[in-house]
Amino acid sequence: MRVSLQWLQEFVDLPVGVGELADKLTMAGLAVDAVEEPGKEIAGVVTGRINRIERHPDADRLLVCRVDAGRGEELTIVTGATNMREGDIVPVALEGARLAGGVTIRRGKFRGVVSQGMLCAADELGIGEDHSGILILPPDTPVGADAKKLLGLDDVILELDLTPNRGDCLSVLGVAREVAALFKLPVRLPEPPPRLPADPGIGQVRVDIEAPDLCRRYVARLAAAVKPGPSPLWMQRRLFAAGVRPIFNVVDVTNYVMLELGQPLHAFDYDTLAEGRIVVRRARPGEVLLTLDGVERHLTPDMLVIADAAGAVAVAGVMGGEATGVAGHTTRILLESAWFDPSNIRRTSRQLGLRSEASLRFEKGVDLEGCLRAADRAMQLIADIGAGEPLPGAVDAYPVPHTPRTIVVRPERVAEILGVGLARGKVEEILDRLGFQVRTDGEELLAQVPSYRVDVHREIDLVEEVARLYGYDRVPETLPYGDTTPACRTRHQALFDRVRDVMTACGLTEAITYSFISAASFDRLCLPAGHPLRHAVRLANPLSEEQGVMRTLLLPGLLETLARNAQRGAASAAFFEIGRVFLPVRDGQLPHEGNRLGLALTGETPRGWNRRPAPLDFFYLKGVLEVLADRLGVDVTWERGAQPFCHPGRTARIVAGGVELGWAGEVHPDVTAAYDLPGRAAAAELDLEALLQAAPERRTTRFAGLPRFPSVNRDLAVIIDAAVPAAAVLAAVREAGGPLLQEVSIFDVFRGPQIPAGCRSLAFAMRFRAPDRTLTEEEVNARLEAIVDALASRWGAQLRSGRETT
Amino acid sequence: MQEELLSVAAEAETAIQVAGSVADLEEVRVRFLGKKGKLTQLMRGMGRLSPEERPRVGRVANEVKERIERALAARRDLLLEEEKAARLVRETVDVTLPGTPLFVGCWHPLSAVRREIEDIFLGMGFSIAEGPEVELDYYNFEALNLPKDHPARDMQDTFFINGEVLLRTHTSPVQVRTLEKTAPRVPVKIICPGKVYRRDDDATHSPMFHQVEGLAVDTRITFADLKGVLAEFARRMFGPETRTRFRPSYFPFTEPSAEVDISCVICKGKGCRVCSGTGWLEILGAGMVHPRVLEVSGYDAEKVTGFAFGMGIERIAMLKYGIEDLRLFFDNDLRFLQAF
Repeated sequence: MRVSLQWLQEFVDLPVGVGELADKLTMAGLAVDAVEEPGKEIAGVVTGRINRIERHPDADRLLVCRVDAGRGEELTIVTGATNMREGDIVPVALEGARLAGGVTIRRGKFRGVVSQGMLCAADELGIGEDHSGILILPPDTPVGADAKKLLGLDDVILELDLTPNRGDCLSVLGVAREVAALFKLPVRLPEPPPRLPADPGIGQVRVDIEAPDLCRRYVARLAAAVKPGPSPLWMQRRLFAAGVRPIFNVVDVTNYVMLELGQPLHAFDYDTLAEGRIVVRRARPGEVLLTLDGVERHLTPDMLVIADAAGAVAVAGVMGGEATGVAGHTTRILLESAWFDPSNIRRTSRQLGLRSEASLRFEKGVDLEGCLRAADRAMQLIADIGAGEPLPGAVDAYPVPHTPRTIVVRPERVAEILGVGLARGKVEEILDRLGFQVRTDGEELLAQVPSYRVDVHREIDLVEEVARLYGYDRVPETLPYGDTTPACRTRHQALFDRVRDVMTACGLTEAITYSFISAASFDRLCLPAGHPLRHAVRLANPLSEEQGVMRTLLLPGLLETLARNAQRGAASAAFFEIGRVFLPVRDGQLPHEGNRLGLALTGETPRGWNRRPAPLDFFYLKGVLEVLADRLGVDVTWERGAQPFCHPGRTARIVAGGVELGWAGEVHPDVTAAYDLPGRAAAAELDLEALLQAAPERRTTRFAGLPRFPSVNRDLAVIIDAAVPAAAVLAAVREAGGPLLQEVSIFDVFRGPQIPAGCRSLAFAMRFRAPDRTLTEEEVNARLEAIVDALASRWGAQLRSGRETT
Repeated sequence: MQEELLSVAAEAETAIQVAGSVADLEEVRVRFLGKKGKLTQLMRGMGRLSPEERPRVGRVANEVKERIERALAARRDLLLEEEKAARLVRETVDVTLPGTPLFVGCWHPLSAVRREIEDIFLGMGFSIAEGPEVELDYYNFEALNLPKDHPARDMQDTFFINGEVLLRTHTSPVQVRTLEKTAPRVPVKIICPGKVYRRDDDATHSPMFHQVEGLAVDTRITFADLKGVLAEFARRMFGPETRTRFRPSYFPFTEPSAEVDISCVICKGKGCRVCSGTGWLEILGAGMVHPRVLEVSGYDAEKVTGFAFGMGIERIAMLKYGIEDLRLFFDNDLRFLQAF
């Protein structure tokens, strides 16, 4: 909402400067976003009379004007415009003048004729967009006056960012009421001349409201001898400053009154209305109306229309019909000033995709008691600017009159909610300033709500009104009563952040990707038709197909992240993400939202002058997940697995306590190609709920003390069938090693010419120790033999080497 | 014999002094004190001496042996010391070479800020609640005093799944879900961080972003308490000198409602480009829980009151780290993520 200060001043005195006014309004809830001075740049423009117009001696398209600008001597000004006549008064930019857009006027020579200034068009003065000719001012305009003042170009515009509940402030009057309440001043309402009693002319107008639930009031007035033409400059300027394009006088008046009083008006060409009748009713099934914008609107019976005896002539409160609109040949108008049901207007304008300044106001609720005043004000203006002659009388169909609401206000409740000691008298005074009629009833106050405050319904609304005018800044800062024991995270919440710590310690950086993905991602992931992960929650109104469905796995977002970073030169990257996936459950139920941990890596660890990089591959990924499992105390087993988007020979299922936690694998080459990844990538995804379920509630580890006896370390290499999983071999080693075998790890895996085909060499590092004594050589050798025997008998493994290590 | 002993001693001492390394010195020791060493040989010849002479010469021989051993030890210490010094010189490295590149990752700045916000409110007694991101219209709008056709629904452009199911446009539905679960017990003190979605995508709007909701309901919660809690939050988040300003505003689910500004973190309130010259930065919306929200959730709005607030984590992070483009948060450029 853009409010002209000059306009505002017609309604209320402004006791402070614009800066302070803006602050006060902002702190009262009418946020002033900007203070504009549209004519700020304009200087050096005066009014001048054109005494003579001559042809330019050397240019067909130029005219030379002799202008009296009150400077003593006549000025010679060359112009290309042709719309002015001798005797016209026009704005003259003198030498050195500045115009809208920062243009500076200098003395110039046009084909040999020196021009001592410039005649201005409207747009050059920041009034509208009209550049069709020189702006001709009324004949009684004084000559030599500062055009800026005269044309009101020194006006200041407040740009208000109004909250949706304050529809009453979508007018100069509404803002004036707020200003008046803030500064304890009276509001001046325009006083249209008294309406003469109806003559037979208006008697012919019949207004029937067939839907009083949707139209509680309909005021009609007539004007005759209408002369469509441009509005006076002052009106055009105010409309333009408010952001409304001037059209012609009758329409401009309806817009002007809407901006001034907040009541949208509509003017019909009275002679086009069949039988001169107005019927307010719901649209008939299949009813069609060609609206002013030239579009055929198909109406439905839940929409309210204005009809004449023949059919719909306007979509009530939204847009008028083409056939009955005011046009150049119009001589009589019917002016409508009505109240329409806000939610009905809102629904209709949404269904038709038509939002207008009028519908915007109707859907927030206009002042039921203000309809007649607005109609009268419009007639006054029509008469004042010579756009037509108002006919006496008015039709005021008002089937459901306004019944003022009265709200009980308990001053002590106001103080209780705000936490401020507020005297009862103060509450009373503030409400009174805001236009509420306040009565006392015992301990309580009874506040009668003014008809324009459609947003006020219950006591809490008045608490806010009091707080707003009392000043939020005067409310003290306190802390809630009662003890504040610090709260703590649930186990779940704490563990999520623990996972973040482990991931970052292992070199992975956290990514956050959009929860919606493209349905085409499922193709890029090579998911077969009917794969359960393709079953996704679909958005009804996505921004684009690229963000059309809710993700069922984190992988697509992470692969896109790897690809984007690769394009920007980061060939190595390691990401994780913690986020939700959305799995449809059943119709009528919200989808299941599962928390997932996703990982994706490519490339290698950083290269240093003293360190070879390690590949960020499947086994790096596995290492990270092993650290995570260890930190959370989860016993995890890895098994051969399969995923459509993974390398068939490099995919694992991750299982704990018989429950599948997720998968890990090298990304399938078809998938890396689909995502334009330059190299191999490894990825994993774990169900965090399942992972945390598997983690013990409390780590029950008890520290056993440092070992008191030395250990014996041995390495052992065996040649064994390559198809035997390493995990199985390790399990067998542990079993055969018995309790004395404290640690075992695989430190080398080897295949080569020395190793028989289909076999590989696995080398184990082992640490033996007894808690109560130093082990003897014989004891350790016995265990080693048992291990080798076990591997030999189960898989035919052969000892390759064994040696003592330290 | 005695002279011979003394001359061996002198000869040994000279050899010891010229030995240039521990290895040379060992050779000297063997030459004199080894099984076939000069002194050893001499001492074997003592058997030929008369019994009277033997004790005296024996004493001298022992003295000579000890002298040589002392000299050997002293020389050995010296040579070891020299060798160590030389080794240390040899081992000099260029300390200006870079360290071994370790491989560590970072938290996403939004996670880091989210955690910081959580910690502040946990300290003030707020627990952390959660709720679904795909939400019912009822919780996202209806129960928050936003019936269908309410003009304020325009404030939040919504992604719909169908007529009744949508992506939550704010974390406020968690208020209702929490109140429903807890009613009629008090106190309720929660915050709810999470993802929210709005149908908007430009330099200042992302279709997905993060909020933290706060809610306190008890028998005597006041607007002054709301001011106190948020002022404390602002000081802990942005520094002790941070001032807060409450401006009246409108949210359907709170009343009175406020927009909360903090004194500009860049210019400290003097006015700069970041705060558009106003000295203030808007960081969150807040208000007293609307009685209707309490009522639909099963509370008697005459007996309890509450406050609620909601802030955008991106906004806080942008102010904290001086990030100017919202889209960077979801672009996941490593150079961005590793800058924090």
